[in-house]
Amino acid sequence: MTAGAVAPPAAVPRRRRATVWLLLLPGGLWLTAFFLVPLVQLVATSLYDPSGSEELGYAMTWSWSNYTDAIDFYAEPLVRGFGYAAVATLLCLVIGYPLAYAIAFKAGRWKNLMLVLVIAPFFTSFLIRTLAWKLILSDNGFVVGVFKTLGLVADDGRLLATGFAVVAGLTYNFLPFMVLPLYASLEKIDHRLIEAAGDLYASPVQGFRRVTLPLSMPGVIAGTLLTFIPATGDFINAQLLGDTTTTMIGNVIQSRFEVGDYPAAAALSVTLMVLIVIMVSVYIRKAGTEDLL
Amino acid sequence: MSSLATSTEAADEASRSADLRLTTLTKRFGDFVAVDRLDLTIPAGSFFALLGPSGCGKTTTLRMVAGLEVPTEGEVRLGDDDITWAKPYRRPVNTVFQNYALFPHLTIYENVAFGLRRRGRKDVSAPVQEMLGLVQLEGFESRKPTQLSGGQQQRVALARALINHPQVLLLDEPLGALDLKLRRQMQMELKRIQVEVGVTFVHVTHDQEEAMTMADTIAVMNGGHIEQMGSPGELYENPRTTFVANFLGQSNLVTGRVTGRDGEDLVVDAQGAEVRVPVSRANEVDGDVWLGVRPEKVVLTPAGDRPDRNSLGRAEIVDVSFVGVSTQYMLRMPWQQDLMAFEQNTGARAVMHRGDVVEVGFAGAHAFLLDHAQDARAGVDQDLTA
Repeated sequence: MTAGAVAPPAAVPRRRRATVWLLLLPGGLWLTAFFLVPLVQLVATSLYDPSGSEELGYAMTWSWSNYTDAIDFYAEPLVRGFGYAAVATLLCLVIGYPLAYAIAFKAGRWKNLMLVLVIAPFFTSFLIRTLAWKLILSDNGFVVGVFKTLGLVADDGRLLATGFAVVAGLTYNFLPFMVLPLYASLEKIDHRLIEAAGDLYASPVQGFRRVTLPLSMPGVIAGTLLTFIPATGDFINAQLLGDTTTTMIGNVIQSRFEVGDYPAAAALSVTLMVLIVIMVSVYIRKAGTEDLL
Repeated sequence: MSSLATSTEAADEASRSADLRLTTLTKRFGDFVAVDRLDLTIPAGSFFALLGPSGCGKTTTLRMVAGLEVPTEGEVRLGDDDITWAKPYRRPVNTVFQNYALFPHLTIYENVAFGLRRRGRKDVSAPVQEMLGLVQLEGFESRKPTQLSGGQQQRVALARALINHPQVLLLDEPLGALDLKLRRQMQMELKRIQVEVGVTFVHVTHDQEEAMTMADTIAVMNGGHIEQMGSPGELYENPRTTFVANFLGQSNLVTGRVTGRDGEDLVVDAQGAEVRVPVSRANEVDGDVWLGVRPEKVVLTPAGDRPDRNSLGRAEIVDVSFVGVSTQYMLRMPWQQDLMAFEQNTGARAVMHRGDVVEVGFAGAHAFLLDHAQDARAGVDQDLTA
């Protein structure tokens, strides 16, 4: 027995609480300085006088009209941003789920190699990979050629600078963010549960629907959020692969910031954030009760 | 009303159910033969145990019956139906999995209803309630499996399988995850339920006590084949191999040699002592043999008292363990082998001490003879490591 073991019991909880605060301190300070303060600043900026500029300075005038004006004016890219992100997320799920399933259950000794291949694109910059898609979808590229042969693209049509290209880019870029959480949740499923479903008269399809899919829902939720949220605010794909008719809300925010229209950019950012928070909360609530199935 | 429904339905099931017949059933994983040309008939309505150490092929056998493993060779028949190649979800066979494999995302109610729903039954409420009653879990319908204790989960697993009225219920180490006290209680419970529903239970275990308590018939498996099959009493009282003698309970095995025959008895020279063992208890009738005597069948008398039964000579007590209901003595024989003797603490005689010298005897009808070519240590302590 050491002296430390007979310390008064009352001291233990206090010390434990101190440890908790100490553990939270670095992260808390970081988030306060680089997230909370800028967030407050962003909300404040969204209420500045819209006639301000970098030369003249900005005045806080509580201009709530910044919001109504921005939403009025940029409704189309806002809706398009959500639409593209939703389609890309769905495509990621459709492509990513079978892939994650195969890696988790069927890959055997190739499992690790396949996971590395999923992550491999990260060894190249996001920007460069998106630029590469410009080549892939270019007017004289083989993809367009194949699409033309199949009659999916008109003879004088193109893929680049269309919504298709933007969604394809988004899907490509965010696929790993869908596959990895899906893999993690599928891999965790006890294989005996699937055997038990089969033993209890569930055909493979029923077993998937009643056991595997519900048990992989945490991965589906994590994957869709990790894809949908950043895709909604993305502007690189629309900028490099789209044209003026495929502008997403991210592009608008970026361009507003560039021209010094900080109040409008901030108002759009806050709007985007609030909408995402609302959609995500509804989604998680539904998914938690398995209403999505 | 529900109990009436249960018993009539059970009777229907029993009349419909059929013998489970395995013919030259073989499973190879690469070069490893897990199950080696197994022939086995399990009568309808019996409580059958496949007993053996880990790796003996018992679970693989069970999985082939369930359809979870495809046999390399051989047949699985249920009555007249060949189900060797039937998909698991097309067999009238259900399994209670090791560690239960309850669906964690479903309530107890939905877990139990799972099999019925998959077969398209809509009105599951009555059968589910009846099953929960059978396993004494009324009121737990809306809970999730993780909110239940191990014993309760095990009951849910049983209800989830039995609700389908399978012709054969397979139990894979069903009590392995429970503590000793709960395991004893569940042994009684399983036996009661089996009698009540009348379904054939095939129970896989490495725990000899579990098998002996519950099963009507036990098949002892070792190295992919069946060493011996019979009622618990038969296996215990007259093991045919050293493996069975050691795996089921304990045995003293003494090297001997059959020297002749005297009426219904064989005369055996056991390390110089002449003993007699009925021919009916001999698995080897000439040459070198192992003379087997269970520790509780060993009779100790004070040195000098000439026993009127088979005597193995005098021994010194080298160790005494008092375990309450009985005392366990370790005896050093003149030929330096240590034998075990268990003596009931009836109070008829005081507990003896280390260093005491005793006469060691046994009744011939309680001994058995085995082929000496076998390893005397086969099966020793294997149930502890399984």
